[in-house]
Amino acid sequence: MLLKVMIMRKELITDAVLVSNYINGDERSLSVLIQRHKQKIYSFIYSKVFDRDVTEDVFQDTFIKVIRTLKLGKYNEEGKFLPWVMRIAHNLVIDHFRKNNRMPKFDNSNDFNIFSVLSDSSLNAEKSIIKGQVEDDVKRLIEELPDDQKEVLIMRMYNDMSFKEISENTGVSINTALGRMRYALINLRKVIEKHNIVLTN
Amino acid sequence: MAKLYIEDSKHLETLKPAEETVNFLLNYSQALTIIKYNKLKFEALLN
Repeated sequence: MLLKVMIMRKELITDAVLVSNYINGDERSLSVLIQRHKQKIYSFIYSKVFDRDVTEDVFQDTFIKVIRTLKLGKYNEEGKFLPWVMRIAHNLVIDHFRKNNRMPKFDNSNDFNIFSVLSDSSLNAEKSIIKGQVEDDVKRLIEELPDDQKEVLIMRMYNDMSFKEISENTGVSINTALGRMRYALINLRKVIEKHNIVLTN
Repeated sequence: MAKLYIEDSKHLETLKPAEETVNFLLNYSQALTIIKYNKLKFEALLN
């Protein structure tokens, strides 16, 4: 009977009062707050992480944060106590997933397949060999160009220089450099067409 | 015999933190003291 009255009295005290009592040094208020909300908070965390041990850790970290914030006097009673604690728990759950670099398992059983939007952009072994061969062929073709055109093309495409830099380096005007580049490309195309060279991957 | 589509309440009740966790938190709370010095605040864990 006495216990029942005590429990009823405890229920009558609002969270806000318990929080302010705790801030003023009443350690029992924290105990009441934890007892009152532990199941909701624990279930909330468990519903996100589905692991007992992780839930236990996150629950503990949540209340360590709660205790420190309250003792440091940083808590402002704007909202309600429980939603505030839930928010902390939620953030810590996110931290947990971020730390482990994995988010909740993606359900791939529906008609939407995640791999239809994700792809591996790196080349496979065959394609990288072909790419190397194509690049070698192009280099050999460039070697066949007249020296002035070859020089401009190599500076532009392989050394990534601007036409201004090319003109400064070769001592010709920008327009001449542009013209040489143009003729270099035209000549390359001609040779490729003439010999039916396939330069695609 | 009709089937009962009710969740096992025993399972739900077990979803609560371990006694040790709660005790740890209460002990942590008691051990943690904040020392104020002018505008600065220091945390001290006294066991």
